[in-house]
Amino acid sequence: MQLKKPAFEVQRIPGPMPASGATIKPEDLRSVCENARAQNARLVALWGSDEAERGGGYALHVALATPSGLLWLSVPLAREHPRYPGIADIFPAALRMQRAAYDLVGIHAQDSADHRKWLRHGAWPGGTFPLRKDFDAAARFAPSGDDYPFMKVGGEGVHEIPVGPVHAGTIEPGHFRFSIVGEKVLRLEERLGYKHKGIEKRFETMTLAEGAKLAGRVSGDSTVAYAWAYAMAVEGATGTEPPRRALALRGVLLELERIGNHLGDLGYLGNDVALAFGFYQFWRLKEDLLRLNAALFGHRYLMDLIVPGGVARDLPRNEGDRLVDRLERIQAEARTLKSIYEEHAGAQDRFITTGKVPPEIAERMGLTGLAGRASGQRHDLRVNHPIPPYEQVGVNIASHTRGDVAARVSVRFDEVFESVRLVQALLAQLPPGETLAPLAARPGAQRGVGWVEGWRGEVLIALETAGGDRIHRVHPHDPSWQNWPLLERSVLGNIVPDFPLINKSFNLSYSGHDL
Amino acid sequence: MYQLLKQIAKAGIVSEPAPQADPALRIIEQQLGELILEHFGRALAIRHVDAGSCNGCELEIHACNGPYYNLERLGIKFVASPRHADMLLVTGPVSRNMETALRRTWEATPDPKLVVALGDCGCTGGIFGESYASCGRISNVIPVDVAVPGCPPTPVRIMQGILTAITASGR
Repeated sequence: MQLKKPAFEVQRIPGPMPASGATIKPEDLRSVCENARAQNARLVALWGSDEAERGGGYALHVALATPSGLLWLSVPLAREHPRYPGIADIFPAALRMQRAAYDLVGIHAQDSADHRKWLRHGAWPGGTFPLRKDFDAAARFAPSGDDYPFMKVGGEGVHEIPVGPVHAGTIEPGHFRFSIVGEKVLRLEERLGYKHKGIEKRFETMTLAEGAKLAGRVSGDSTVAYAWAYAMAVEGATGTEPPRRALALRGVLLELERIGNHLGDLGYLGNDVALAFGFYQFWRLKEDLLRLNAALFGHRYLMDLIVPGGVARDLPRNEGDRLVDRLERIQAEARTLKSIYEEHAGAQDRFITTGKVPPEIAERMGLTGLAGRASGQRHDLRVNHPIPPYEQVGVNIASHTRGDVAARVSVRFDEVFESVRLVQALLAQLPPGETLAPLAARPGAQRGVGWVEGWRGEVLIALETAGGDRIHRVHPHDPSWQNWPLLERSVLGNIVPDFPLINKSFNLSYSGHDL
Repeated sequence: MYQLLKQIAKAGIVSEPAPQADPALRIIEQQLGELILEHFGRALAIRHVDAGSCNGCELEIHACNGPYYNLERLGIKFVASPRHADMLLVTGPVSRNMETALRRTWEATPDPKLVVALGDCGCTGGIFGESYASCGRISNVIPVDVAVPGCPPTPVRIMQGILTAITASGR
């Protein structure tokens, strides 16, 4: 296939990740996206911004993962009736993002199949848009009604089960509307946005340095991934070079976060198939890891350790051996548990063929991260674009093609073992020296990109500064945006009691999505 | 099966002694009579409500149910419905999109009931504060008995908060 030359000028965005930006006209958006899709690009994120303070109207932003790196397309839109041609037929994951961009910025996707509100419930009225610059962040609106038309499934014997937003377990809030016949799920429709707490607006009141703490709380279970992505974006925008030792330690922290989350989820996956043994064993191992984190780095979940410029705290001298030793012990036990899971007929019976996303649907819909890899989508930023510290150690990708709960369990196990190896390799060649560099400064408005393979998938921070240390716009993007719609797809034809199991096998973030 | 039993035997019992109540966490005078508290103290049913957290606090609530902390051995367990609950354990700043759901959950919880607010955000609104989208601290929306700070609070602090709520003041 002949690659078509881009019909627009591309500008490199500074930073370690290969990323470039381009400004295109609304009328070119669809052809650019179609062309990119034909060349195996994936949609990473879509968001809007208000450019009034920069003498413009609004802008739509689309971030695509191309084989050569991230392409950040900006589409200037008029001040009056800002609109653009929708791209959800090209990239299905764009649909909810387009709805959110309308709710927050008031930019309208034309010819979209779905114009229902998404992140807006009753907290602010329709026709007001929180991310417009003239919107007062402290504004209070009387709670308005929150009518939301769910899809109706008809037919004899079909009924609905509404679940949430307050769930039966210790889970984040969201609403699931099941249409079922007997025990079988005919349709699941999600309604999210309950946790929207104004994170993006909050960023705009902060300095670049202050924003790090907020970035680390977009989704608490991925605090390292977000903090790293944010730091990477700020460093790119300001021209700051973090010390090599700090980069190696960031790799260690990210892999520790991956191991911890996978251990916890593997425990819950046992629990959800009535193998409580698995829960207790894995949560013992996870707690061992959390205590190790606290002892070595001062925080059980490694919050606030990655800051723009480097890391806030060095690994204490001679503690690397202790970390490696403990991880080896955890790994040995996890291997035993893996073989117990694999030989447990009851567990395997529940895991295998449950909650399936076939590779062709995963590809079409843009399933990403660990769930994507379990459905044959072999993407991992640590492998595709190995920037320091991953270039020194090399990452073996974990993947599977069956796309069911068992495949996601298998990918998690493989990633635990690979992450243990990576921590060992990173510590074995930990460079000496400083761990924190002072933030440099570039005059004027700058852009930065942070793009990190967190345990759930790729986390993006798209940053535009407003000159000095002020923030014009930050869009944090969680891979859950891509995967939530596939959870709806994966439960079709399954029985309702398998939903918690399927849900846990994805374990998507509500907070990271709702912002 | 042999491997499974061997693993159980090898791991042994790792549960640690439970922490004591900490009166410093109490933010309002106890509303409940001592007799009721004695009753609650033996079997407490908790409904967790995430009213808008970053999900960090949830990680530590899960840990409380793990083998090291083993909250259930104290007769304290999490239940699926507020109608079965004696206590609401609430995290977050309260997002405005969760305000109604939190109020309704509180109203659905039978009296007498207790509320423990978790985390810096639950105590003060935290880094998210109050805004067009966030009501801030839990007590801005429902009455709170005990507030446990921390980002996130450790499992021991969470257990102390729960135990403080079910211990009469001045005891």
